[in-house]
Amino acid sequence: MASVLALDWGNYWQQSIFRVLGSAVFIILGAGTFVIAFLFKMMSYMQSRLGPMEAGPHGTLQLVAEVGKFLQKEDLVPARADERLFKLAPYIVLASTFLLAVVMPFGPDAYFVNLDTGVFLALALSSISVIGILVAGWASANKYSLIGGLRAAGQLIAYELPMVLAVVGVVIQAGTLNLQGIVAAQHSGEIFGWDGIGNPFILTQLVGFVVFLIATQAELAQTPFDMPIAESEIVTGYMTEYSGMRFLLFFIAEFATAAVFAALAATLFLGGWAVPFVDLDDNVMNVVGPLVLVTKMMLVGTLIFWARFTFPRFREDQLQSFAWKALIPISLVNILATMVLKVAL
Amino acid sequence: MPRPALKIPGLFTGLKITMGIFLKTMFPARGIKTLLPAPTLGAVTVQYPHKSPPEVPAARARGVIALKEENCTVCMLCSRSCPDWCIYIEGHKTKAPPRRPGGKERTVSALDRFDIDYALCMYCGICVEVCPFDALFWSPEFEYSEPRLADLLHDMDRLGEWMETVPDFETYEAGSDAKVRKVPR
Repeated sequence: MASVLALDWGNYWQQSIFRVLGSAVFIILGAGTFVIAFLFKMMSYMQSRLGPMEAGPHGTLQLVAEVGKFLQKEDLVPARADERLFKLAPYIVLASTFLLAVVMPFGPDAYFVNLDTGVFLALALSSISVIGILVAGWASANKYSLIGGLRAAGQLIAYELPMVLAVVGVVIQAGTLNLQGIVAAQHSGEIFGWDGIGNPFILTQLVGFVVFLIATQAELAQTPFDMPIAESEIVTGYMTEYSGMRFLLFFIAEFATAAVFAALAATLFLGGWAVPFVDLDDNVMNVVGPLVLVTKMMLVGTLIFWARFTFPRFREDQLQSFAWKALIPISLVNILATMVLKVAL
Repeated sequence: MPRPALKIPGLFTGLKITMGIFLKTMFPARGIKTLLPAPTLGAVTVQYPHKSPPEVPAARARGVIALKEENCTVCMLCSRSCPDWCIYIEGHKTKAPPRRPGGKERTVSALDRFDIDYALCMYCGICVEVCPFDALFWSPEFEYSEPRLADLLHDMDRLGEWMETVPDFETYEAGSDAKVRKVPR
């Protein structure tokens, strides 16, 4: 079936430009929605406040004002900083988010790239941002930035492992690394012989889902795991010296990554863009699918930010021992159980 | 205290509290309107310039400093004790009629200028504390912001107008021998 989004048209450059524009739209809309819905409004309501109320109806245009403010600010570079690396760092962080958005499937034909190893690529790309953060921390020539960058590196590497291990359970159950294949497996799957609503892997991989969400929280440096930017200890960590446009890039990357990871969690555990009882190849799904995926993405986002606005920060050593002594053993046991059940049933 | 029957881990209690406040803020209404989100009614926040706050001005709040011009003797104590030098005083000596008939004319100091620059004032209240002649008082009024910084310099007349808004001093608790201060009206 020929489709606009399936990219079986055009030459290499047309396809590339389409992918860049498409992921830019997804990233900007995703980050904007997450900031307004969760950071501005949900956080305020959880503290019995109203949040921004002046710009637009109920402050919905506040983000436009904020972006306008950041763009006007001076782009400062500290005197002792490594200027080229300092300027490059936010783009490395944002690039990993952009590449992540490209592998996301939105419908049977609505995808940018359909790779056989989509999950693998997504998890590999998500770790590129560590390099950007380390570069930012080092190039700032600031002790707080360096501590923040090193903390971020330690944390992101520690939590990469439980995240990958949690996804391995899903991959074993679906029998494929292809994200479309995982969606199809959840749609056609059955839970111990009952195939009423298919098998969203949250039901059989609940442990994996919880571990994945906790690891996501740490990957995004959201609050229970926000030691890299712990503002009461190290100012804002690796972002200390950044201002204006480059700070905005870090800010967008933070929330866009949250949106992309929420979409990834929705694809892996909540059934992705598929709807029960509707045929997977139905052409309607190319329109309904993205909406379904965004709805599920917002649900996962609610969980992530609910935890963010509830819990205080971990201590640095507790963070590491939690990853190595709790999450990794749990996800290893989960993989083992999944393997045994997969073979036995 | 009896032990609670079921012990819920603190993690979930915390999540319950934040979601509870979220729902209470989002859906404050009862009855048929329960499902309509109305955060402006549910939140504790009052949208101040649009709606007036419930209890303002608070009694004896540090809002603005009022001057009773007749009581001032130009002793400069307030000006000298001001940590950021925001009080400007100028005065001159003048003759006043004698207290008793046939007495000598008295020499008194009269105010030419008494300005407080509220752009500098840090509301410490030392000037009010230090004034020995009951010329300075706290008034709870606070709505005197200005678009121009220079307009925050309140002169003698403006400071005198605030005197009307100074509340009476509160009475001490029962059994106290101290005399309650009076605000000169």
